[in-house]
Amino acid sequence: MSNSHDNTAPILRKTPLHAAHVDLGARMVSFAGYDMPVQYPTGILEEHTWTRNNASLFDISHMGQALVIAHDGRHETAAAALEALVPADILNLAPGQQRYTQLLNATGGIIDDLMVTRPTESAIAAGTLMLVINAARKDIDCAHIAKYLAASSRLEPLPERALLALQGPKSGDVLGALCPESRALLFMQATRAKIASYECYISRSGYTGEDGFEISVAAKDAAGLWQTLLASDAVRPCGLGARDSLRLEAGLCLYGHELDETTSPVEAGLVWSIQKRRRIDGGYLGAERVAKELASAPARVRVGILPAGRPPARDGTEILSENGEQIGIVTSGGYAPTLKRPIAMGYVPPLYAEPTTSVRLRVRGALLDARVVTLPFVPHSYRRSA
Amino acid sequence: MLKFTQDHEWLKVDGDIATVGITQHAATQLGDLVFIELPKVGAKLKKGAAAAVVESVKTASDVYAPLDGEVTEVNQQVVDDPAGLSADPQGKGWLYKLKLDRSAEVADLLDEDAYAKLTA
Repeated sequence: MSNSHDNTAPILRKTPLHAAHVDLGARMVSFAGYDMPVQYPTGILEEHTWTRNNASLFDISHMGQALVIAHDGRHETAAAALEALVPADILNLAPGQQRYTQLLNATGGIIDDLMVTRPTESAIAAGTLMLVINAARKDIDCAHIAKYLAASSRLEPLPERALLALQGPKSGDVLGALCPESRALLFMQATRAKIASYECYISRSGYTGEDGFEISVAAKDAAGLWQTLLASDAVRPCGLGARDSLRLEAGLCLYGHELDETTSPVEAGLVWSIQKRRRIDGGYLGAERVAKELASAPARVRVGILPAGRPPARDGTEILSENGEQIGIVTSGGYAPTLKRPIAMGYVPPLYAEPTTSVRLRVRGALLDARVVTLPFVPHSYRRSA
Repeated sequence: MLKFTQDHEWLKVDGDIATVGITQHAATQLGDLVFIELPKVGAKLKKGAAAAVVESVKTASDVYAPLDGEVTEVNQQVVDDPAGLSADPQGKGWLYKLKLDRSAEVADLLDEDAYAKLTA
């Protein structure tokens, strides 16, 4: 028997929660240079289902955290500096609001996708933006930002901070009991608050499609916060395996799969993350390609794919038209525990992107029936209103 | 007689018929299984060639034929309920039965102690 996705790395970094994972009996794997828990003894299926019905705690401290700081202490200055690199409207972010965006290269390809938060003014000095970037892209992102960021601002990585995600329909009640301020947060809002005795930056966001929070905390406090949150009966630890199956059901992009330096935000179906002012005015690296693809059509677009049968179609599976012509490739695929069937995402030309379009998938030589479907596979349950 | 391969398959040999499955060690490493594809009855397998596929949530893994032979029976139960294999991989979770071309070659496979050392 062989494992077709064997990852090994010579020296692995550890998050501040590494010992906690080992104590819980986690199976550790190499991910983006870190030794991370792929699952706990409960297993991926149960962790996935628990997250959809209760609340799960994830260690995502491998992700990069950084600040963009304006030398003059003005939000407008930091926003203008970052807007040169991303297509989202950062200028009009209200204090305590967060946005999803992408770092683009000169040809409109995605260097990374990231979260940008304008902290509340009581949380951190004015003129500061908080970034959360992908673990595997940290060095590339920081070099890119350092190269293109205006002299008005500077980038400050925060390697001494951990990041925890609490995700699932019971997250609001669990965190609300420990941190009353968190109750007021809506999806994509952020605040600074104490959870028990730990000073945290909390945003109501996540990567599962469920209501939940991402919590930034000093590395020295990470283990204490982890234990505090796990003490609730509604909360169980959840590894990266279920994090991946949850985000796939939620139709969310994973860098290195749906997103890379050749793929534009228009192709990836991320136009919703480019606010109107930026679509009209441009003014960011890669804006020409985005404008062109918005005016005409991109060469290919990201779609959801539902295989008709039971074999999962994994990353790299060929997508063919009904005539047998190769039209695209699966970028993420696997088993959806909530739907109890395989699901996939991939890229096809716009001609084939209409939901219900029949396609074929080449799995181990066999051509399997599938159809294009609307994303997400499992509806999002974000807390958008009080 | 119970034998093992370095690729984490087990064989229970009775005359020239071998019942084949994946080991407890392999099942534990794979985690929850979600899809299993077995060879067709009558298929002629060559030692070392992919004979079956077991897929966990995260990955697809080939199961290799341990020896040359012809498939005489497959376990439809694990196809219908892949998660069931994880519960008893070296018993009810067997995959297929193989009529061995040369049953003497069984002697070349690992015995239980040798396999235990391999996975220790």
